[in-house]
Amino acid sequence: MGTDPFVKIRGLTKTFRTRDGDVEVLKGIDLDVEKGDIFGVIGFSGAGKSTLLRCMNRLESPDSGTVSVNGVEISGLDKRRLNEERRKIGIIFQQFNLFDSETVFGNVAFPLAVAGLPKRRIKQRVDEILELVELGDKSRCHPAQLSGGQKQRVGIARALANEPDLLLSDEATSALDPQTTYSILQLLKGINRRLGITIILVTHELDVVRCACKHLAVIEDGCIVEKGEVRSVFLNPRSTTARQFIRIGEEFVREYSVQGGDSI
Amino acid sequence: MNLNTSSLGDVLKSSVGDEVWSYVWPAIGSTLYMLAITTIFTFLLGLGLGIVLVVTDKDGIKPLPIFNAVLGAIVNVLRSFPSMILIILLLPLSRLILHKTYGANACILALVGSCFPMLGRLVESSIHEVAKGKLEAAKAMGTTNWNIVFKVLLPEALPSLVRSFTVTVIAILGTTALAGSFGAGGLGDVAVRFGYNRFRTDVLIPTVFVLVVMVQAIQALGGVIARGIARKRYLV
Repeated sequence: MGTDPFVKIRGLTKTFRTRDGDVEVLKGIDLDVEKGDIFGVIGFSGAGKSTLLRCMNRLESPDSGTVSVNGVEISGLDKRRLNEERRKIGIIFQQFNLFDSETVFGNVAFPLAVAGLPKRRIKQRVDEILELVELGDKSRCHPAQLSGGQKQRVGIARALANEPDLLLSDEATSALDPQTTYSILQLLKGINRRLGITIILVTHELDVVRCACKHLAVIEDGCIVEKGEVRSVFLNPRSTTARQFIRIGEEFVREYSVQGGDSI
Repeated sequence: MNLNTSSLGDVLKSSVGDEVWSYVWPAIGSTLYMLAITTIFTFLLGLGLGIVLVVTDKDGIKPLPIFNAVLGAIVNVLRSFPSMILIILLLPLSRLILHKTYGANACILALVGSCFPMLGRLVESSIHEVAKGKLEAAKAMGTTNWNIVFKVLLPEALPSLVRSFTVTVIAILGTTALAGSFGAGGLGDVAVRFGYNRFRTDVLIPTVFVLVVMVQAIQALGGVIARGIARKRYLV
């Protein structure tokens, strides 16, 4: 693969046709993510960050531009090849999107069964991966019996079942409380460290990026306005969005500590 | 025997008598037979139709907008016929296939034709209720369309599908009673021939009673199954 980045996005555009006219969500995105990175994409609502992420496994089809993952151009694949590639890209969602009809075991086994693994191998792999996300004892539970954090752990286990090289996180912690968010981020960091999986996470929470990511890109109105190492962007934010994020974060902390947290 | 010529007590007494039930018992058998066979075919056709409607929808997993619109229009046309008219229209089809336009089997064809479009629409709306995110999760895992339908959409929609199916079985029962007027036999036939044509209120009462019991039983069974599935998934 040479020096090519692990995820390489060039000139990506996407326009949604809505009742109120066309909305240009992505206006020519260029992005590189290196192998083994935890890469954050941060932006306000409607900036296009989720759409960008969803173009990476083609839950959205871009209008123009290319997305390649590990040297494979995702945007040009036929249906069969796309399904094969998708098995190597895990994704977790804000709303978890677990199957209520299956147990925890069944949810994690699903991508393996779909990939055609033999039953015995599935059992082995599911047990292994449930241990990894510390849910070994919940295997026979149904999703409805679990807390939000546990559900997201099942989501992560399901996304990792096929041993992907890339894990996409679409606001995966946005429905969780701060403690749970922290523990999920620790889990993701551990997975990144131990398994070497590249993680791209989209979020509107500054703390998520600060806690988990090595690099980040700031997206504003369909364009990437700033990217770099997390630390350097925090120390020296150049885009208005990055500055706003940091200022709001600081104000929040100040307000919270002055008022003792009672009125929030 | 009816209320103009006899007292309520006599009518009721006769309605539980052997003579009346010698008409009703066989009619129950033939109604159950029609109900069972019609239900099987309606289930297969209705489920298939519902799946095709969802899959080929413009936001479906295999969008075929023109096909979907044409199919939808045909379903709507079939559904706008009053059941009675549709049964009459479908009887020549029975003649073509079974060389007969009377009897339970001939009517089953007409009954299926008048009931499966409704089930198709109910299945369609049950599947539409499955959260879109689950579908996306399945797609993102590289799931084939076939597996999305049979391993995600149908299992996730199951409690709702059971309820749709219950509604349909009861509608089929109602339509079998109607088909009685066209030589199908069964409870509807007894109710019309004796209860209406011969003013036999004492025959009408037990046929209606049996139909009421059947509807209650089907509804109760459907409810128990749907709730059972939801409870097993800890959704209630």
